[in-house]
Amino acid sequence: MLSLESITKTTQDWLLAKFTPTLALTIECVIVILLAITLFAVLGLVLVLLERKVAARIQIRLGPNRVGPGGIFQTAADTLKLIMKEGLTPDTADKFLFNLAPFIVMMVAMLLLAPIAFAKNFQIWDINIGVLYISAISSLSVIGILMAGWASNNKYSLLGAMRSGAQIVSYELSAGFAVLTIVVLTGSLQISEIVASQENGWWLFKGHIPVVIAFVLYIIAVTAETNRAPFDLAEAESELTAGFHTEYSGMKFALFFLAEYINIFIVCAIGATLFLGGWMPLHFGHWEGFNHIMDYIPSSVWFMGKTFLLIFLIMWFRWTFPRLRVDQLLNLEWKYLLPISLFNLLLVTVIAIMGWHF
Amino acid sequence: MYNQTEIIKDTTELGPEGELVVNMGPQHPATHGVLHLVVTLNGETIKKIEPHLGYIHRSIEKMCESLTYRQFIYVTSRMDYLSSHINNTACALLVEKGMQIEVPERAKVVRTILNELTRIASHELWIGAMAMDLGAFTPFFYAFREREMITEIMEDTCGARLTMNYIVPSGLMYDIHPEFQTKVKAFIKQFKEKVTEYEDLVTGNIIFQSRTKGVGVLTPEDAISYGCSGPVARASGVSCDMRKIAPYDAYDKVEFDEIIETAGDSFARYMVRVKEMNQSIRIIEQLIDNIPEGDFVGKTKNVLKLNKGEFYQRVETARGELGVYVVSEGGTTPYRIKFRSPGFSNLSVLDHIANGSKIGDLMATMGTLDLVIPDIDR
Amino acid sequence: MTNEEIKAYISSHAPEATFDETGEWLNITVDANSLKSLTTALLGQPMEMNYLFNLTCVDWKNHLTMVYHLSSTIHRHPIVLKVNLDRNTPSIETLCFTWRTAEMLEREVFEMFGVQFLNHPDLRNLILEEETPKGIDASKGYWPLRKDFEDPINMIKL
Repeated sequence: MLSLESITKTTQDWLLAKFTPTLALTIECVIVILLAITLFAVLGLVLVLLERKVAARIQIRLGPNRVGPGGIFQTAADTLKLIMKEGLTPDTADKFLFNLAPFIVMMVAMLLLAPIAFAKNFQIWDINIGVLYISAISSLSVIGILMAGWASNNKYSLLGAMRSGAQIVSYELSAGFAVLTIVVLTGSLQISEIVASQENGWWLFKGHIPVVIAFVLYIIAVTAETNRAPFDLAEAESELTAGFHTEYSGMKFALFFLAEYINIFIVCAIGATLFLGGWMPLHFGHWEGFNHIMDYIPSSVWFMGKTFLLIFLIMWFRWTFPRLRVDQLLNLEWKYLLPISLFNLLLVTVIAIMGWHF
Repeated sequence: MYNQTEIIKDTTELGPEGELVVNMGPQHPATHGVLHLVVTLNGETIKKIEPHLGYIHRSIEKMCESLTYRQFIYVTSRMDYLSSHINNTACALLVEKGMQIEVPERAKVVRTILNELTRIASHELWIGAMAMDLGAFTPFFYAFREREMITEIMEDTCGARLTMNYIVPSGLMYDIHPEFQTKVKAFIKQFKEKVTEYEDLVTGNIIFQSRTKGVGVLTPEDAISYGCSGPVARASGVSCDMRKIAPYDAYDKVEFDEIIETAGDSFARYMVRVKEMNQSIRIIEQLIDNIPEGDFVGKTKNVLKLNKGEFYQRVETARGELGVYVVSEGGTTPYRIKFRSPGFSNLSVLDHIANGSKIGDLMATMGTLDLVIPDIDR
Repeated sequence: MTNEEIKAYISSHAPEATFDETGEWLNITVDANSLKSLTTALLGQPMEMNYLFNLTCVDWKNHLTMVYHLSSTIHRHPIVLKVNLDRNTPSIETLCFTWRTAEMLEREVFEMFGVQFLNHPDLRNLILEEETPKGIDASKGYWPLRKDFEDPINMIKL
C-alpha cells in the first residue's frame, strides 16, 4: 500500500545504499527543509482561501470566485501582488528590528513544525520532550510581535504589541495546563507515544470529563494565543487600525499574515494529536468490522481531517463573535480559565493515579 | 483643517506622567468618516477625548442663504445622508409652515411611509457598523440584505438610492411607483422573518452584552443638559420623540410606541434602535394599505416666497431631533438658516461618558451614539 | 404653562424683557446683562427649562442677535430667547454651565460670528482651522456667517 511511511522508508533505504550515512543525512535534511517550506506555502494559500470561503459562507456571500475555478487561485494572485509591493520601512522606525520581526515570527512558526506527526511514522523529529518543546518554542513568537510593535515607532503598533504580549503570556498558562493533562494521562512527553496511547480510543472520549474540559480550555487558549477573534485585540482594526503590523506592507506584512495561519495550523495539529488521537483512525471498542473499515482510510487523511476540523472551529469563532475588551480578556484568563485548569489538572492526576480512565 | 505638522506634533508629544496622545481619525476605521478625535490615554484608559470637526464642513448654512426655497432642500440630503428623506421632509414642512400651504393627504401618508423606511434603513446600517466596531463582521452582511430591499424601493420610487430628493414643498416630486405597495409588503414580510437572525447573533451574545452593558452610561440629567435626542436620549429614559411631541405628516393618525429604556448604557441604546425598527414596521403596516387617492402635490406658485418672520421645524430623524431654523425677510431665499443637527449634540457628550473607560469601550460608546460626520459638520 | 404665565415669570426676573407672540412660539428679547440670572431662574422651578435645543446667531447687518431655543422635557413649552448684541464688539456671558450642550454650540457661533463668550472654558475654533488663511486680514475679523463676509477665493455671488 502506498503510504507516506513507505515513501520515506524507500527514500531512506535508497539514500543509505547510494551515499555515506553523513551525506545521506544531509540530503535528507535538505529534502525536509524544502518540504517544510513547500508545506508552508501551500498551507498559507489553502488556509487563507479556506478562511475567505468559510467567512463568505457564514456571511451569505460567495467569496472569491474570479481567479481560477471557484476562486482557487485568488490567494496565489494576492501573494503575487504582495510580493510586487514595496516593503516600506518608516523613517522613524528602528530599521533593523523592524525588518527582523516578521522573520522571527515566521521562524518560530517553522520550528514548531518539527515534532508534529503528520501520519503513521511520518515525523520530522520525534524528540522525547516533544510537548515541552512545543510549549517552549510557541511562547517565543511574542518576542517577534513585541519587536514589531516597538520598532514601528507608532502608537497603535505599540498598544497592539503590549496587548498581544499580555495576552500571549497569560494564555500560555492555560494552554500549557491543558496540554499537561494529556501528559499526565499518557506519562510521556513524546508525541509518538501520546499518539500510540490513543490506539484503542481518543483521549477526548476515554479521558472522562476532565479531558473534555481540558480540550475546551485548550481551544480557547490557543485561539487567544494565535491572536484570533474574539481575542484579536492585538490587531483590533476598529480600535488600533491594524495593531502591531500597522506599519508593515508588502511581503513583510505577508509574513505576519502567513505566520498567523501557520500558527493556527500548528496549534490545531497539536490539539488533534493530543485530544483526537493524531493520525489514529476512529475506533470503537468491539466493533471489529467498523474498526477495520476505518483502518483503510490513510493515516495522513485522518490527521489532516482532524486538524482542519479544529481550524474550521476556530474560523467559525472569528466570524461569529464580537471582540473582547482587554480587561475582560485578562479577567477571563486569570479569574476563570487558570483556576479551572489548575483544578482540572489535579482531577486528572487523581484519575491517572487511580487508573479510572479506560 | 489641521495641517500635517500639527498632527505629527500631537502624536509625538508625550503628556504629563507618560500620557499618550493618539489621533483617532480623520482616517480611522471606527470613526465612520472624517471625525478626528484627539484621545489622551494613560495605558489603555482614556483620560480625555477632544473632537476636532470640520473635515467635511461644506458650509451648508451659508450656501442655503443663496439658494431658493425649492433648491435648498436638495443640499440637506447631503447632511445626514442616512436619513436624507427625513431631512428633506423637515425642509418641506418648514416651507409649508412658512407659506401656509396645505399638503394633500396622499403626499402626507407616502412621506410618512418613506420616512419610516429611511429610519429602518439607517438603523440597519447602524447595527452592521456598530457590530463591526465591536469586532463582529457577520451582522453587517445580514443587515445589508434587508437594507438592500429598502434602497431598491427607494430607487424605484425616487430614482436614487441614498440622496432621494423626492420631497418638494407641498407634496412629492412625482407619484409613487405602481409596485410600491407590493414591494413594501414584501419587505415587511422578509424583515419580520429575518430580523431574528442577526438579533440572535448580536443581542444574546454574551461577549456583546459584556462589551456594551454598563459601558458609556449617560444619566437622564446629562442627556438633557447635553441636548441629546433620539435613541441616545431615549435609552437614558428621556422622552423626546418629535413624532409624539409635535406630530407632523401622518404621525398623528398612526399608533406606535415611543421606545424608552432606562439603563442609559450602550446596550440600552442598542435595544432602543432594535425595538424602534419594529415600531417603524408597525407604522408602515398601518399606512401601506390606506394610501389615499388624489393629488400627490398641492398647487403652488413657481417661485416660493416665505412670509416675513422666523420659522422652526422639528422632526425626528433616525439619529434624533433635527431642527431647521429659518429667518425669512419675505424674499425667495432664506435670510439666515440654521440646522440643529442631532449628531452635533450627541457627539458633545462623548468626552463626558467615555472618559475613564478603555479604548475598547470608546468604540462601543461611539458606535452606539451613531455619529454621522457630514451631519455634524454640515 | 400658558404664555401669560411665562411672560409674568420672565418679567419678574428681567423687567426690560419685550415679548413677541406673532411666531409659533413666544419670543422674548432681553438684555445681555440679565441673561445669566434669567437663564438660571428658567432652569429651576417652576419653569424647568432644562433643554436647550438650539443656539445660534443672526447677523442683522447693524447688530447681531443671539437666539436660544429653550424647552422643558417636563412641561414642553418651547420659548425663544433673544439677545441683541453690538456688532463691533459682541460679547455675552456663556451659558455652558447652565446647559452643557451650549459649550460646543457657542464655539461654533464664536468662530462663525465672532461673538465672545465670557467665562467660556474652552473658546477655540471648532470647525474652522485655527489660523486664518493666507491673504485674509484677521484683524478685521474673519467670520464666515456674517453677511458682509467675502471669501476672496471661493465666494459665489448671485
